Amino acid sequence: MYPDGRGAVRGVSLAVGKGEFLALIGTSGAGKTTLLKLINRLVEPTRGTLRVDGADIAATDPVRLRRGIGYVFQGIGLFPHLIVAENIAVTLRLLGWPKPDIAARVSEMLDLVRLPRELAGRLPATLSGGQAQRVGVARALAAKPSIMLMDEPFGAVDPLTRDALARDYRNLHDALGLTTVLVTHDVLEAVLLADRIAVMEAGELVETGTTQSLLTDAKTEAARALMDMPRRQSERVNRLSAGAAVR
Amino acid sequence: MTGLDPRIADALAHLPEYLGAHVMLSFSALALGLALSLPLALASINAPRLRWAMLALASVIQTIPSLALLALFYPLLLGLSVVTKTLTGAQFSALGFLPSLLALTLYSMLPILRNTLTGLLGVDAAVKEAAMGVGMTRTQSLFQVELPLALPVIMAGIRTAAVLVIGTATLSTPVGQTSLGNYIFAGLQTQNWVFVLFGCGAAAVLALLTDQALALVERLLARRERSSLLIAAAGVALLLVAGGLTSLYRADTGYVIGAKGFPEQYILAALMQQRLNAAGLAATTRDDLGSAVIFNALAAGDVDAYVDYSGTIWTNTMHRTDMLPREAMLREIGTWLQANHGVRLLGPLGFENAYVLAMRRDRAAALGVHTIADLATLAPKMAVGGDYEIFARPEWRKLREAYGLSFRQERQMQPLFMYKAVADGEVDVITAFSSDGRISEFDLVALTDPLTAIPPYDAILLLAPSRGADAALTRALQPLVGRIPVERMREANLTVSRESNQTPPAEAARHLWTAVSK
Repeated sequence: MYPDGRGAVRGVSLAVGKGEFLALIGTSGAGKTTLLKLINRLVEPTRGTLRVDGADIAATDPVRLRRGIGYVFQGIGLFPHLIVAENIAVTLRLLGWPKPDIAARVSEMLDLVRLPRELAGRLPATLSGGQAQRVGVARALAAKPSIMLMDEPFGAVDPLTRDALARDYRNLHDALGLTTVLVTHDVLEAVLLADRIAVMEAGELVETGTTQSLLTDAKTEAARALMDMPRRQSERVNRLSAGAAVR
Repeated sequence: MTGLDPRIADALAHLPEYLGAHVMLSFSALALGLALSLPLALASINAPRLRWAMLALASVIQTIPSLALLALFYPLLLGLSVVTKTLTGAQFSALGFLPSLLALTLYSMLPILRNTLTGLLGVDAAVKEAAMGVGMTRTQSLFQVELPLALPVIMAGIRTAAVLVIGTATLSTPVGQTSLGNYIFAGLQTQNWVFVLFGCGAAAVLALLTDQALALVERLLARRERSSLLIAAAGVALLLVAGGLTSLYRADTGYVIGAKGFPEQYILAALMQQRLNAAGLAATTRDDLGSAVIFNALAAGDVDAYVDYSGTIWTNTMHRTDMLPREAMLREIGTWLQANHGVRLLGPLGFENAYVLAMRRDRAAALGVHTIADLATLAPKMAVGGDYEIFARPEWRKLREAYGLSFRQERQMQPLFMYKAVADGEVDVITAFSSDGRISEFDLVALTDPLTAIPPYDAILLLAPSRGADAALTRALQPLVGRIPVERMREANLTVSRESNQTPPAEAARHLWTAVSK
């Protein structure tokens, strides 16, 4: 992907390998979400080229492109007037799946994200935050995409639920052989989940590297400042666990 | 049904006809308003300038008084009807249903448009983005996500429009459309408060029931069951088709007798209908037509016969300002009507219903007022009361100029309240009607007109162009010509409009005929 030009995101050159889990981190307004939306053409680039599976996406029909890419929205974005089963099935219906296949797939997806099947008939407003997030993931995965775009998917829930959701998703990523791009402002989450991390600042990609290399050997000030936080946190936790006195 | 107030029994007898017409009219207007507003709203949702222009136009229409909007559509459609007749040979009726339908449709559009747009624009941007993100096209997003989410706001607009239309439909009576307004207009003219309350009450109940029915539709729609959607759509389509058919095909109920909106006209229309029925001819009456509407309706053939007054035709239709002796004026009116509109003047009925200035007898005596000329010096300290038309009519201008009258205040009011107002001293003088029984009832005195500034107002029977040579019709109505003396007419008028012990117009017409045919 090589978007280029002035605007929310510029001068970005980034490649995501098949089966890779990439986290985009950076402060608010750094352009993480815009970069993510460029990938499924929710935002159109003014300059530059984006390729998915080698093909320039500017040449594909955006609607077809989006139906083939799973997207989990910031704030979940479930359709409030549709029940859980209809939310999960929405892309399948758009793709024209036969009804029995849809019903079977919905049950399968509920199992996959570890939600009880009884939730199928409920409206989103009656779900807990964690349940709604799982439905969001199930909806994105229903049409068997190979690429998942996730925008702060585990925000707005309590830390325990958040941790459980994140670990469950990483397992799905591995089991289904997905390629995932995750946008988060939570550096610890990125460190715990991602294979590789891309750091953004003021619309530009400042540094990319494996999680390990960024933690130990960040080249830029911006990356160091961000990666410093989880390291200090874990060091403190380690010292506490070891019984050392902490001021 | 002993013990039931005869006025309530009379009101109930009219209910199926009035209510049926009212429902048909208001539901058709609402369906048409929906059919126009929803696509317009959808088309303009992404075009802010078009949206602004549309809402501005709809708002302007909403500010036009309902009665005026309804009345304006009549001449408009009349012109259109003439055009289609010359082009295709087919003529539609511009009276009644169509002008009312179009005016009410326009009224229904603002709340539907505004709420649809507000509802759609209010859908959470995150949800709209999610719709795009899961792979919906713009249209799929609109119909599967945005419209369902905006439904409560849209339905609120439709319900507002329904209540508005059902209420305003009562004002379609003066353009010749039967509605629950017939109760209200007739009741106001004849002091029949039972009728007025009955009309208001029926319209209110209908509005409430419709509102509740729409709430039910909203719940069905929210469940998104395809069957309920189909039922709702089929119901709307059915009403629309039925409404359209009744408007295009005039039911053949025989001759149509027109009447303006006051008691004397109701009685004369009923009398003509009775005469036609007695001759074995079917006939219906159309009461409460506006003064400006009724002559055009006759000329266009929507009304077959009605009674007008020579002075009114002379000054308001022929725009004459000179004065001729009574007989000469009648002859000239007859020739002019035939030549310009093909309308036949069958003849004068024998009485006059003129505009007269009237005062309380004791007050006139105390001030030494006998003629209109005596008012000239007193007028600047006096208030004059009159009906809605008089102060704008050429007769009034002429009267003021001839006598140098300049009243302190000109107050317009229902003729019903006028007589009481002068009797109570609310106003000093009124522009009364010479055949109105209330002049003597309230002990008023009519001032003479020594300069003959006011033309004669002989009641004259007019026939539509297509009926001029209708032998059966003329034979049945001819006996009325020259038959009705003013005393008898006054008596009949009073029995219909007095405060207590009222007689329905049809009953008064029978008494009148018995009295004059002896």
